Amino acid sequence: MARLADREGVLARLMLLPAIVYILALVAVPFVVAIAYSFSDVTAGDPSYDWVGLENYRSNWEDPVFGRALWNTFLFTGVTMLLTVVLANILATLLTADFHGKWVVRFLVLLPWTTPAALGAIAWLFMLDSLLSPIDWILWQVGLLEDGRHMVWLGKSGLAKASVIGVQVWRLVPLAAVIIMAGQTAIPDDIKDAAAVDGAGFWRRLWEVTIPLTLPVIAVAVLFGAIITFTDMSLVRVLTNGGPVNQTHVLASWAYVKGIDGGNLAQGAAVAVFLLPLLLAATIAILRAVRRWEVT
Amino acid sequence: MAVTVEAVGLTKVYGGGRTPAVDHVDLATEEGEYLVLLGPSGCGKTTLLRMIAGLEQPTEGEVRIGGEVVNGLPPRARRIAMVFQSYALYPHKTVRQNIEFPLKAEKQPTAKRRERAEWAAELLGLSALLDRRPRQLSGGERQRVALARALVREPSVFLLDEPLSNLDAKLRATARDDLKDFHERVGTTTIYVTHDQVEAMGMGDRIVVMLDGQVRQVGPPQAVYEGPADTFVATFLGSPPMNLVPREGTIVGFRPEKALPAEVLGAALDGHRRWTLDVQRIEYLSGDRHLHGVATGLGEQAPVIVRLPATVLTPIETGTKHEFVVRDDDLCWFDPETEKAIDGPAG
Repeated sequence: MARLADREGVLARLMLLPAIVYILALVAVPFVVAIAYSFSDVTAGDPSYDWVGLENYRSNWEDPVFGRALWNTFLFTGVTMLLTVVLANILATLLTADFHGKWVVRFLVLLPWTTPAALGAIAWLFMLDSLLSPIDWILWQVGLLEDGRHMVWLGKSGLAKASVIGVQVWRLVPLAAVIIMAGQTAIPDDIKDAAAVDGAGFWRRLWEVTIPLTLPVIAVAVLFGAIITFTDMSLVRVLTNGGPVNQTHVLASWAYVKGIDGGNLAQGAAVAVFLLPLLLAATIAILRAVRRWEVT
Repeated sequence: MAVTVEAVGLTKVYGGGRTPAVDHVDLATEEGEYLVLLGPSGCGKTTLLRMIAGLEQPTEGEVRIGGEVVNGLPPRARRIAMVFQSYALYPHKTVRQNIEFPLKAEKQPTAKRRERAEWAAELLGLSALLDRRPRQLSGGERQRVALARALVREPSVFLLDEPLSNLDAKLRATARDDLKDFHERVGTTTIYVTHDQVEAMGMGDRIVVMLDGQVRQVGPPQAVYEGPADTFVATFLGSPPMNLVPREGTIVGFRPEKALPAEVLGAALDGHRRWTLDVQRIEYLSGDRHLHGVATGLGEQAPVIVRLPATVLTPIETGTKHEFVVRDDDLCWFDPETEKAIDGPAG
């Protein structure tokens, strides 16, 4: 009789099993349940399943908070990615330069990424506190804000949105910078030298050589960053909890408020499922673009 | 306009290293000269070229282009153009955009750029390929695009870093002709780096043989081949290399093709040295016979190689002893201590 270890087919299935169980239990099942709930009237108080068709989608669509959350999701993701790409490119360019203590700086730069999102958000909660904000204090010192006055970062709609975006950028720039840095390092030295010999200065080298050649890598960084921003609920939850007056909700945090806080599982699920086609479309678009760049 | 390039005491020590990559090199080109830097890999020839280009800062010494010290000037201020071993074409730009790039960096107007790029493309037979991208080109075509990009703004000096080493053997031969032909037409001072002695011998007005960061010999190819300055140059150039035989406190050397069977010369042995080869192995290469064996009578017993041209028909068998002669004038003498060339004993 052949020993178990020699029967590759059996062994392969056996070793794949934990991964399959994991994906089924924690991804596939909740995913199917969420879709099923979104067409029902299930609530925390009454879990019996009754089909209601598109009713949840229709009522969400008519809810102004949902509309604002949808708009915010796009706004936050778009602005965050724009700022992230610009800052990450600058950071990557600085970090690929030769200087002493480079690895310490690289390590420090990566720290925000290693911090759990919720912990980082709590730290920022203090930074942006309405009375104790160190940022206000700095603004007083440099004379940009009248002594004793407060910005109340999280208390005004515009500032609160800017704060959410700012913290998201703070969190994503390190990862994006490291990805872009890898892309920049992969450009052959000969090409950089050729550009120098051909007479190109720093800006021309940046715009005509470095950025075009790192575009596929930048796209990957944007894809990751956008998905992370698009689906993130913890930052909004901790920082503003959607406030002031539901001004800063995104789809993920709104789904949580409706489904978990409010107990209306069906409505919450419908909000969450709304993310799916958008994410799918974005992913396909970016991956296709990356492929095209690689081919040419 | 052709200018001269000079290196004065040029030295490069890489960070932390003790042995210099380039060690006090003094070198000067003539105007419009085709100078070839030749040496084994790691001898410092590429570092020397990169210092001339301004891509490396010398640790010590000066680079002068057209008589002006250019140390500290960035590459773009030096009026040089360089062709890299990998060609270093911009993969995301078309051939036209690649060729126009140096002009764009000079902020030339669009019409002028177009005209110059088309002129350069025409010169190198690239007119039909202007809208392609580098990945759609063959190795030879890429090499010509790299050349076109280098010459488009009419630099004072061309620096070529092993531009043929990525081509297959057949293409390399034609590309060599094209390059030489091209140099004769534009007459720009050119410094060419290679580890291939065939390229060096065939293309250079003068060749510079380097080892361990130092210049071992500078001269026209024939002079260097026939009168090597030391035993390294003697054995680095030539295939098979020069035979070296220890003799009475000196080393005597001769090229493998300078020996002939004694009977070929008959009685006319004046000014010739007679010796015996114990033939151990015969290789038949491109019509020539390479005889490997041990020589006696030249000095101490020593392994030598004799290369008999296809026109010498003397029958020679493996395992036999045979009489050979070498002209006294074809012998080179070296000091075994310094390895430098010395005068041979009179007569």
